[in-house]
Amino acid sequence: MVGKIIKRTYMGLIFLFLYMPILVLIVFSFNESKSRGHWGGFTLKWYGELFRDPDITKALYYTFLVAFLSSLIATVIGTISAIGIHNMGLLGKKVILNVNYLPVLNPDIVTGVALMTLFISMNMRLGFTTMLISHVVFNIPYVILSVLPKLRQMNRHMAEAALDLGATPFYAMRKVIIPEIMPGVITGALMAFTLSVDDFVISFFNTGSGVTNLSIIIFSMARRGIKPSINALSTLMLITVVILLLIINKRSTKGDELIP
Amino acid sequence: MKNKSKYLAYPYVIWMAIFIVIPLVLVLYYSFTSGNIHDPGSLKFSVESYGKFFDSLYLNIIIKSFWLAFLSTVLCLLFGYPVAFIISRAKMKHRGLLLLFFLVPIWMNFLLRTYAWMAILSPNGFLNRVLEMIGLPTLAIMPGQKAVVLGMVYNFLPFMVLPIYTVLAKIDKNVLEAAMDLGANGLITFVRVILPQTIPGIVSGVTMVFMPAVSTFVISRLLGGGKELLIGNLIEQQFTVHRDWHFGSALSIILMVMILISMAVMSKVDAGNEQGGAALW
Amino acid sequence: MLRRNIIELRNLTKSYNDTVVVDAINLLIRENEFITLLGPSGCGKTTTLRMIGGFEDPNDGDIFFEGTRINNVPPYKRNINTVFQKYALFTHMNVYENIAFGLRIKKVPNDEMKKRVQRMLKLVDLEGFEKRHVDSLSGGQQQRVAIARALVNEPKVLLLDEPLGALDLKLRKEMQIELMDMQKNVGITFIYVTHDQEEALTMSDTVVVMNNGVIQQVGSPVDIYNEPENRFVADFIGESNILEGIMHEDFLVSFSGRKFRCVDKGFSKDEPVDVVIRPEDIDVTSPEDADLQGVVSSVVFKGVHYEMLVESGDFEYMIQSTDMQPVGAGIGLKFGPEDIHVMKRGSDNEK
Ligand SMILES: Nc1ncnc2c1ncn2[C@@H]1O[C@H](COP(=O)(O)OP(=O)(O)OP(=O)(O)O)[C@@H](O)[C@H]1O
Ligand SMILES: [Mg+2]
Repeated sequence: MVGKIIKRTYMGLIFLFLYMPILVLIVFSFNESKSRGHWGGFTLKWYGELFRDPDITKALYYTFLVAFLSSLIATVIGTISAIGIHNMGLLGKKVILNVNYLPVLNPDIVTGVALMTLFISMNMRLGFTTMLISHVVFNIPYVILSVLPKLRQMNRHMAEAALDLGATPFYAMRKVIIPEIMPGVITGALMAFTLSVDDFVISFFNTGSGVTNLSIIIFSMARRGIKPSINALSTLMLITVVILLLIINKRSTKGDELIP
Repeated sequence: MKNKSKYLAYPYVIWMAIFIVIPLVLVLYYSFTSGNIHDPGSLKFSVESYGKFFDSLYLNIIIKSFWLAFLSTVLCLLFGYPVAFIISRAKMKHRGLLLLFFLVPIWMNFLLRTYAWMAILSPNGFLNRVLEMIGLPTLAIMPGQKAVVLGMVYNFLPFMVLPIYTVLAKIDKNVLEAAMDLGANGLITFVRVILPQTIPGIVSGVTMVFMPAVSTFVISRLLGGGKELLIGNLIEQQFTVHRDWHFGSALSIILMVMILISMAVMSKVDAGNEQGGAALW
Repeated sequence: MLRRNIIELRNLTKSYNDTVVVDAINLLIRENEFITLLGPSGCGKTTTLRMIGGFEDPNDGDIFFEGTRINNVPPYKRNINTVFQKYALFTHMNVYENIAFGLRIKKVPNDEMKKRVQRMLKLVDLEGFEKRHVDSLSGGQQQRVAIARALVNEPKVLLLDEPLGALDLKLRKEMQIELMDMQKNVGITFIYVTHDQEEALTMSDTVVVMNNGVIQQVGSPVDIYNEPENRFVADFIGESNILEGIMHEDFLVSFSGRKFRCVDKGFSKDEPVDVVIRPEDIDVTSPEDADLQGVVSSVVFKGVHYEMLVESGDFEYMIQSTDMQPVGAGIGLKFGPEDIHVMKRGSDNEK
């Protein structure tokens, strides 16, 4: 059928458009020559260089440290707050949710400069702490937004049933409510972690004192001229992402659930 | 019992006040003052920063930001709608995989993706080397507006496809069959039955592309090569280079307000579709 | 019947935003009693139950449990357990863990816990279901897990809020019988909520009829059915013919333009009253033999009997009879003095 051929060609072109830049990076990560246009033979030296480059390894370290800490903190605060918000009156709930939405709706650059303004006004030195706080600030809303639906789905009387059977409120929270909403908590945590690893704009404005992350280092390198070790980094990241996604896809078998 | 657990949200209320509300209030405050930010006593009320918008230099940058973001949004819609449509009509077992492969690039670091295009488009980059090799004249796309738009489309295309796909996948096959049964051909079915139902998806897609596109400063910086300043670059420069917080704040406020207005308009379109949609068609 | 009181409600009142939903009710509940709160939707049954369970604080009045005021005792310290309307099972636990939940909190040793859970599983007829995930159970099975989960704690009182509401008719009937048996076997007080009058009459020792947050009548099912105290109860329980009448003197009432002998007394002279005659108490006779004459206006077959509407004067009587009369037939309506129930007319009870 003609329609089928058109469809396939179209999708082929779109996928080419999507993957070409990545493929180019991968190919050149094995290129002996430093030049981007010229093939100088196969090498793995850029991969070695990648792990010897102190700037890149430091950035990697901070990226994952901040992502880990901020998603952990955001998950704890977000989950507890979501439970509180769920039990609030209509008006209070509405106000809180709208404010909570601001970091999601606002352009990152506005959130970024607004936080920077705050930190500097409070005489805080921009660095690790401020970057961590800013990540927690934009992570919590996503955790709350993924936990709340789970709370709404939960039987209204679940918590009461636990109290009825002799559980103290704290025990009921630990043994009943949290396990019931766990899927939402995990989604929220993963989302927070991913957003944090990927963030550039907010980190850019709220870090300093030599603390960087991956995005910041790529940004500054891209302006100065690229080291081929970045190509190697891209390749490694792509492989990680594909493996992770394939595993998740195997487990859920529903593509829709991968949507971040 | 129930009423007590609401207190669990109170610490977060304080947190939001400090880290969400106060920063925005500060931005608003700085946008309406002038003076030395490090000497709070010197700050005076002033609309000077907003006055700067009438400077043709800045006005042009703002107009250009909105124009390029608009252009990218239209291109994303044009290219993205068919993608969403084809995936939604693919066999069930292929759909997940197609979607997955469509999404892999956005799981890569945003900066890396943009950097990849630099490697391709720069004057002595991959594209021009290939063109040289096969004896064609080289292209000067980057740095320039074309490269910026391309970077926006590349980075934000999935944000257009996903919401449209979600809506398309939900359309009841029976509805389509009913339309065919009533004598509608493919085109009529599409225009009268499918398209109206996907308006909510289009609306959220448009919002999700337009917002990051209009406020970006990375794409314009890397692919525009510092020549193609957008409102995002302007804001960034006020805070990092020129240290003019007042103007930077005013720009941020303007950006927020414009985005809020566009979102309000878009949600009108969406609501209008739900109520008056039948009349339209 | 000389059983101790286990729960007492005194002037118990609850309002939400100035709307009174439970209005100063007084109620005594005895040990081992199966007592049912019955009333139309929104009349305050659930709210009353939730106050007993400790999930709502009363605005006024007191709750006593074995003579002690428990208004300020939190739910987890009350020796009362609840079977919730939609069961509220813990979906992240299997059947065994759901039932063992309360025992784990009380730190009951493992061996004993196992024994008690097994005993419960046997009682609710779910042996072998320990490892099943609660989502994989049918409605009736989930229901029984919810009951076992509450009963295993050996509460003195079990609260059940429309526990059979979600089940289909057949299962409902089965579970009604099972619940009654269970209550007899374990010997604890059941406070049961339903808006199904048939269920209430079948299962209970005592029925409490409520409307608009006010108790209308408390009594045995037979009393409630045969001696409704007011128009609301008569109307809500079963099908009734309710007529306006005048009580002339003790044992003499008039309605439908005629005087009848009755078995009621104690009204003032010529007091306006409501008169209730149950449809199954009216006999169909030939017109000449009867007190009242009428014309059949509709006939519906109901399985065991026919339900006929008969116009007589300006009132339409509902009659249930196994003796079918065709539409348009002129018939006589006959009833004895004991079939006539005279009630005080109260304007506040009208629907
Ligand atoms: N949390 C609440 N806030 C405000 N009003 C409430 C609340 N809970 C119950 N009500 C109101 O109180 C009244 C009594 O409610 P309740 O749940 O006790 O009725 P019910 O007799 O159990 O009815 P049903 O048979 O429908 O379950 C209703 O009008 C209800 O709308
Ligand atoms: Mg109820």
